[in-house]
Amino acid sequence: MHYGFLTIYWRDMIRFLRFKTLLISSLIQPALWMAFFGIAMSANFDRLGASIPPIPGVPEVQYLTYMAAGVIAMTVLFTSLFGGIVLLFDKNWGLMREIMASPLPRDQIIFGIALSGMTKSFIQVIIVMVFGLLIGVTFFAGYSIGHTVVALLGIMLFVGMFSIGFLFFSAAISISMETPEGLQGIITLLTMPIFFASNALYPVEAFPPVLQAISTVNPLSQLVNGVRYFAIGDNFTTMGIHYVYTTAEILLSFTILVIFAVAMFGVAWWRFKKAVVT
Amino acid sequence: MSTSIIEVKDLEHQYGDFKAVDGISFTVGKGEIFSFLGPNGAGKSTAINVLITLLKLQKGEASIAGYDVRTEPEKVRESIGIVFQEVTLDRDMTAWEILEFHGRLYGMTRSDRKERIQEILELVKLEEKKDTFVKKLSGGMKRRLEIGRGLMTRPIVLFLDEPTIGLDPQTRMRMWDYIKAVNEEGTTIFLTTHYMDEADNLSDRISIIDHGKIIASGKPWELKNALGQDLIYLETSDNSKARAIISDRVNVSGVTDKGKGILITTNDDGTKVLPLVIEEIRNSGISVITVNLKKPSMDDVFVHFTGRELRDDKPEKISTAFGRR
Repeated sequence: MHYGFLTIYWRDMIRFLRFKTLLISSLIQPALWMAFFGIAMSANFDRLGASIPPIPGVPEVQYLTYMAAGVIAMTVLFTSLFGGIVLLFDKNWGLMREIMASPLPRDQIIFGIALSGMTKSFIQVIIVMVFGLLIGVTFFAGYSIGHTVVALLGIMLFVGMFSIGFLFFSAAISISMETPEGLQGIITLLTMPIFFASNALYPVEAFPPVLQAISTVNPLSQLVNGVRYFAIGDNFTTMGIHYVYTTAEILLSFTILVIFAVAMFGVAWWRFKKAVVT
Repeated sequence: MSTSIIEVKDLEHQYGDFKAVDGISFTVGKGEIFSFLGPNGAGKSTAINVLITLLKLQKGEASIAGYDVRTEPEKVRESIGIVFQEVTLDRDMTAWEILEFHGRLYGMTRSDRKERIQEILELVKLEEKKDTFVKKLSGGMKRRLEIGRGLMTRPIVLFLDEPTIGLDPQTRMRMWDYIKAVNEEGTTIFLTTHYMDEADNLSDRISIIDHGKIIASGKPWELKNALGQDLIYLETSDNSKARAIISDRVNVSGVTDKGKGILITTNDDGTKVLPLVIEEIRNSGISVITVNLKKPSMDDVFVHFTGRELRDDKPEKISTAFGRR
């Protein structure tokens, strides 16, 4: 096995830790979503849900807790989509030539970038979760220590698989694009449908069929499913809607993320093979 | 030639319809400093990019250190060091991190990296700047760091693409000393430059490249000798008549018009030819206005072979700034 990806990882992490602004700015957005949108909508949705009689024995969670999973997913989505941009900067500033002219196999560049992006996602997820718990998100309610650890590992597994898929994708566009503006354009174009055609902020049951179909296969929905399953549980109600997750459903969600990651690696691999950097 | 390190035969490279490199062939021997001299856009960088495997070899053959550039690019990469034309250093990393990253890229072991980084920092005199961020280094220090980085992996050949572009005269001179020192340690050096003085000062052999073709090759003095011995520049009251009178002289090898006067190439000691030439012209009733005697420079060589001055930049100014000879 080649360990060259660790070189790329090492450099990217140095930069990440050196520029705390990147970390901080990437955390402001999820914090704002939760603090404003979350708390405001929570007041509304919870009032609507209050008119529906609770199901005996099924825990009821607040909207804030429900959408916190979506905000975590969104944070990972943004970080991962932009995770490859360092490649574009390296390319434009000529730094990529050093790497491209070295004996390092190109797939190692892709793996290195994916691994560092994944690490960044983990750090952010932890911070966003802690912030959420502070403002009243009831994740891991009634869990034992052991159960909480398992739940955290489960969440990280989903976060990791989701993020490398989008990091591969981000690396693929970054190496193909000429300008950061172009990359930004593509990412902005993609984030809206990915974010809103998902179950991140609201239930998809009332969506029109086409939108519902999209959100069902949307990788972001898979991540949200995973986070809710591990952080809230497999049986709960929110806004008067009863959620039940079976193990099979969660495995299917994870499988979709794996398929997505493999496909995106294929795209990245193809783009890197074609890339000429001089 | 068994000791040649770089062998290139009929190399061509095209961007769309434009032939940037148009059938060049050359060899570089072990331990040599070999230069590609030519104006910007002559095809030097394209040729170098093909040799260092950043561009695909389209047509022709090339081998470096015995490895085929087309079929064994990985082996070629392991055998070479590169200093690119533009600065390719991450501004936000320290000098030490730059070298550490490079050593890791090339799969050097931890202990080897540690030892080598120390050696390199000493060689390029940056020991004290080890933990300084690149953005805080001067232009010359950055260039030295890049040269050091190119040598990290103990390459057989070091490629230098315009190594002193944008540096001030003193720094350039010092850079030449580094390059010579590196060469004396046994590294073969391939450099491209559009500075005549640089090629002249550093190279064992030079190939003059223009429009993607090699127009002349040889040792610096051989190229200069192609122009004969000394050059005499004269401005007279009747240039064409003066030209006719002296072109038959035995120690004059050629006369061409240049600017407001004529340029005489000699095949003897110019200090002896000059008085005779002036006397002869005067005797014909033509007055001499300006006289200049000089040794051929690489500038003259370039003009001689390409028929024109460099397309852009004015290397002459830089040359005179600190005296070429």
